[in-house]
Amino acid sequence: MYLDPDVSNSVKILIVGHFGVGKTTLIGSISEIEPLQTEEEITEASEGFDDLSGTPNKTTTTVAMDFGRLTLSETLVLYLFGTPGQERFKEMWEGLSRGALGALVLVDPTRLHESFAVLDLVERFGLTYAIGVNHFEGTTEYPLDEVREALNLAAETPIVHCDVRDQTSSARSLITLVQHLMSILG
Amino acid sequence: MPDGPDEELELTSVLVPLFVITNGRGLPADHEYEHTALVTAREGASTAAARALSPEARKVMDLITDGFLSVAEVSGHTHLPLGIVRILLAQLEEDGLILVRKPIPRVERVERELLSAVLDGLRTKFGA
Repeated sequence: MYLDPDVSNSVKILIVGHFGVGKTTLIGSISEIEPLQTEEEITEASEGFDDLSGTPNKTTTTVAMDFGRLTLSETLVLYLFGTPGQERFKEMWEGLSRGALGALVLVDPTRLHESFAVLDLVERFGLTYAIGVNHFEGTTEYPLDEVREALNLAAETPIVHCDVRDQTSSARSLITLVQHLMSILG
Repeated sequence: MPDGPDEELELTSVLVPLFVITNGRGLPADHEYEHTALVTAREGASTAAARALSPEARKVMDLITDGFLSVAEVSGHTHLPLGIVRILLAQLEEDGLILVRKPIPRVERVERELLSAVLDGLRTKFGA
């Protein structure tokens, strides 16, 4: 359960995407610990607005978030945080994006429109990202060019197929992200 | 703000109100006790000074007695919300009961080194 005693540095990568896109599965496929959940409280405007005061009614909601761990060397540990991509969770993004190396954005090619809110958040928080197109068994692989165009991605943003259930495939998509992070350092 | 308990407060979800668990302390600054900060109990801390701790703080201390865990893992294992865990850790550090390893600040100079260590680690681990 504990980290190796010499581990002195921790880094994090966010695994982001809409509900049901496979974030938790990807984390589970490469985490060295059984994925854990943290609960975070966020405040959000409840439905409707109080017309008299002009201020939204705030309610507190608890959001559960899955994460996993990967010890990469004697001194370095990587944490992967599955981060929900809805606008209403942006409060949580502030803490999570701080110090993050970057984000792997998982998309479902049959529900691409649901990824726009996610991409918007990733860009707003200034995270460098790569796209992993989750490929479910028994479905045809969507041409990556078409997905790139549909998502209106910048030319330099890497996009790869991945099967989130497969350890090597999940690792490859993370490697793609890290290589991209290095390349933009120049 | 009056000092007495808020009579309007409804305790619907938790048995013990959160401000009791945290002894009324507020959240530490955003950059403190981040998800990936690593914490462990100081040697010998779990005995003497720790006797007066709340059950929740005790639970955190027991968990991290034998090694380092991230703040997120402390929250995951104890089933306490992250905000509560951060407040408890601030209190425990103030009392000199824990050690904290903060994530190294991201400086461009070390960035390349860090990324290549991540890359090497992933490749070695998964042969990918």
